[in-house]
Amino acid sequence: MIQQAFFAYFAFAITVLALVVITRKNPIHSVAWMLLLFFHIAALYLFLNAEFLAAVQVIVYAGGILVLFLFAVLLVNVREEMRISRFIGAGAAGFTFAVGLLVVVLMALRSFIAAPPGMYTIEHIQQETNAIALGKVLYTEFLYPFEITSLILLVAIIGAIVLAKKGLRG
Amino acid sequence: MELQFYHVLIPFLPLVGFIVNILIGKEVTRYGAHWPGVLTVAGSWVCSLFTLRDVLAGHTIDADLYSWIVSGTFKVSVGFLIDPLTAVMLIVVTTCATLIHIYSIGYMHGDTGYYRFFAYLNLFTFCMLMLVMGNNFLLLYFGWEGVGLCSYFLIGYYFNKKSAADAGKKAFIVNRFGDFGFGIGVFMVFIAFGTLHYADVFGNVSSIAGQRVDFLGFTVDLPTLIALLLFCGAVGKSAQIPLHVWLPDAMEGPTPVSALIHAATMVTAGVFMVARCNPIFNLSPFAMDTVAIIGAATSLFAATIAITQNDIKRIIAYSTCSHLGLMFLACGVGAYAAGIFHLYTHAFFKALLFLAAGSVIHAVHTNDIQEMGGLKKYMPITYAVFIIAALSAAGVPGFSGFFSKDEIIWSAYASHSSVGKLVWLMGTAVAFFTPLYTFRLIFLTFHGTYRGGHHAEAHGHAVTHSAHAHPAPHTSGHGAHDAGHGSHDPGHDTHGSGHNTHAAGHGAQGSHHGEHHIHESPKIMTVPLMFLAVGAVAAGWVGIPPILGGGAHFAHFLEPVLGHPEFHGTHAEEWAVMGLSTTIALLGIGLAAFFYLRKTDLPKKLAEQFSMLYRISFRKYYVDELYHYTIVKPTLWIANSVLVAITDAKIIEGIVNGVPGAIGRFSQSLRKIQTGIVEHYGIFMAAGAVFILALLYFMR
Amino acid sequence: MVPLSWYMVLSVIVFAIGVFGFLSRRNVILMFMSIELMLNGVNINLIALSHYLQDLRGQILAFFVIAVAAAEAAIGLAIVIALFRNKATAHVDDVKELRG
Repeated sequence: MIQQAFFAYFAFAITVLALVVITRKNPIHSVAWMLLLFFHIAALYLFLNAEFLAAVQVIVYAGGILVLFLFAVLLVNVREEMRISRFIGAGAAGFTFAVGLLVVVLMALRSFIAAPPGMYTIEHIQQETNAIALGKVLYTEFLYPFEITSLILLVAIIGAIVLAKKGLRG
Repeated sequence: MELQFYHVLIPFLPLVGFIVNILIGKEVTRYGAHWPGVLTVAGSWVCSLFTLRDVLAGHTIDADLYSWIVSGTFKVSVGFLIDPLTAVMLIVVTTCATLIHIYSIGYMHGDTGYYRFFAYLNLFTFCMLMLVMGNNFLLLYFGWEGVGLCSYFLIGYYFNKKSAADAGKKAFIVNRFGDFGFGIGVFMVFIAFGTLHYADVFGNVSSIAGQRVDFLGFTVDLPTLIALLLFCGAVGKSAQIPLHVWLPDAMEGPTPVSALIHAATMVTAGVFMVARCNPIFNLSPFAMDTVAIIGAATSLFAATIAITQNDIKRIIAYSTCSHLGLMFLACGVGAYAAGIFHLYTHAFFKALLFLAAGSVIHAVHTNDIQEMGGLKKYMPITYAVFIIAALSAAGVPGFSGFFSKDEIIWSAYASHSSVGKLVWLMGTAVAFFTPLYTFRLIFLTFHGTYRGGHHAEAHGHAVTHSAHAHPAPHTSGHGAHDAGHGSHDPGHDTHGSGHNTHAAGHGAQGSHHGEHHIHESPKIMTVPLMFLAVGAVAAGWVGIPPILGGGAHFAHFLEPVLGHPEFHGTHAEEWAVMGLSTTIALLGIGLAAFFYLRKTDLPKKLAEQFSMLYRISFRKYYVDELYHYTIVKPTLWIANSVLVAITDAKIIEGIVNGVPGAIGRFSQSLRKIQTGIVEHYGIFMAAGAVFILALLYFMR
Repeated sequence: MVPLSWYMVLSVIVFAIGVFGFLSRRNVILMFMSIELMLNGVNINLIALSHYLQDLRGQILAFFVIAVAAAEAAIGLAIVIALFRNKATAHVDDVKELRG
């Protein structure tokens, strides 16, 4: 019962915060609300016995990506932002299709059939700790994707520099 | 005996020469292009000699290099069959090719396309060697088409000259007709035997004897059908009636090309193929008779045309047609060995005739024998070898042409063939005409007085290549001439030559090719001539018939492949036949001497007296005109008025223009959707995703 | 015990909110934040499934999603800066180069 109550709170908070994030006129407010949203999502991960990912969520999203967004937001003329409409002309169509997507996927969810459970029971993970169990899978079965991901990050770093640096492209 | 490396090198060495010259010829080898060209072919020649030694030792090799095509039951390998027939062809091809390559160094000296010439010549040699060495029909077909392609390249070598480009096209298109039949013949071989490998086909050849198949609605004898279809290809490639028209026009190519491709090797591929397929031909008396009749008819037909022609190369070209006809005549009466023997001797004396003619053209810059005359004293070597070649071609006893020609005529007389006596008569008639036109050519060219020189200004183009500035181009001590005379450029393979466009910028100092400028060709050209002259005299000595005290070694050598024809005839008859043809040949020489040395005005009078006959011969029996009005014109009419005017202009262009027009109009209306705002695209994407998901969900 | 379907519904809701934000906001930065929302919706789903199906591969996938999201944010914001430098705007409807 208490678990359902906790989940109800977090689910409600996440939904509301997400709506708040995308409807703020001032982008700085959006970023601030988003920080709060990410903490709630991280808490939800803890619920699901994913401590490592909860930590990553806080560190990477809250600590890294949001700071980046904050930097970018500083470019924006907030005063002008407050003056004009926050949505584009076709925003209503966007809303329609987003709701349509929601409805269709929710309908499809009713026919979801779970696969047979795997070997990583809660006891097993607790015995091994989440980080070790994750690491074992990551560095064996997913070694190549892991290396490729590192390459993607490298390319992203170089690409970001090339794109953002003034005068590099002629 | 296993396949040795030098067997494999024979065809592939010239291919290496081709690749080198075609890739780096323009920039690197340039006027040294003859080094890769000549050395690779000479290497092939050496390897061929080793191969001949192996074959003489009794080895026959049939080995695959690798699997070329494997598709279901259809299996073809790249493989070589080396047997006596192949060995003979290898010797003929590589010897002639080597000497002609060397000759070309002098003849093509300073030409802008020097490297291209040697590249094509090497490619040709490669294809020809693949043709003779292949151990299956597909490889034969590959070489067959390859030599045809090279022939096209080389006839149209002076591609700036319209007549040369047209002649190349003509050769290629006329050969299409023959090769079409040949291709179907190869298909029929596969259908009948389930394989294209020579050994499997000829080993099981008796299985198709007497079979009848349905072909285009007719029930025909299978061996006859296959033999005649294969012979179609030979008719095209070897310039027999009715597809002979391309060969005289092919003389637009440089003279070494005429010698190598249109005399010694490529055109004899048809004879080689018929001899190679002799087990199939032997099954069909009808096909054999057809081969003999077509051969004899072409032989006589071409010989009568040659008498009245004035272009030195065309005369020899018709002579080639005529001799090829004799070879088919021999094959048609079952004397394949005699046909191949004549192929072998003919290669030497005909290549020699062409190269000697090239030497003459090189000196006087015209092809018209009416503008020559009296060249004997200026070109002694050329004159001597020309005489040797002509004696050999005429069949004067002792020369190689005599032995092969005599064997053919005797085979025709003595064979069991139902048309044997008829073709024997025709062959004997040819034996009269051959010396007549050959010595007419010699007497008009080398004897009498020089009739050229008055066209001097028309030859101005000959000096325009002096810009190439070759140091000491002539090794035979004619340096003094070069100063006043410019370099020699082979663009003089023209008729009436004034329209030669490949020479840029006509020299203002139009040189005067008067009589005193004519001189012998350089040593690089005359030495190969002398070697060929030795061949023209002595090549036939390997096949002296027993009646003259020889051993007929040549026929015995080829017996494992070509079999031994059964003759019926007495020694007395053989002496009589030989005596008759020899007498007739000498008579021909005598008549030529009488007409063109003694009574030089007589030929003209005779031509006027029998103007009808003269004109028919001079216009080559109007075959070109006939084809022009029955085939070329209707084809062009259909092309212009149906294909161009209706199919192309209306249907194809209607589709080609209509489809993009419709798409364009449709796109114009779609343009409005392209607002340039990213989110609009996003909305379409989301709409699409929703639509597809809904579809998947509800259609489940 | 919270049923799996609750998590899945939540993840779909977050994803749909992200879609809505992406399709309607005028500011490019907010569009990128909407993309992050969508990715987080997916991550919730992946981790919930990983937990309930007792298979760590879901968490691994979420891990990769976070890594790619970081890369995407870096590139995306660099594009925003480049856009701002060239057009002096961060509004998508001011940029109509793709107009047909």
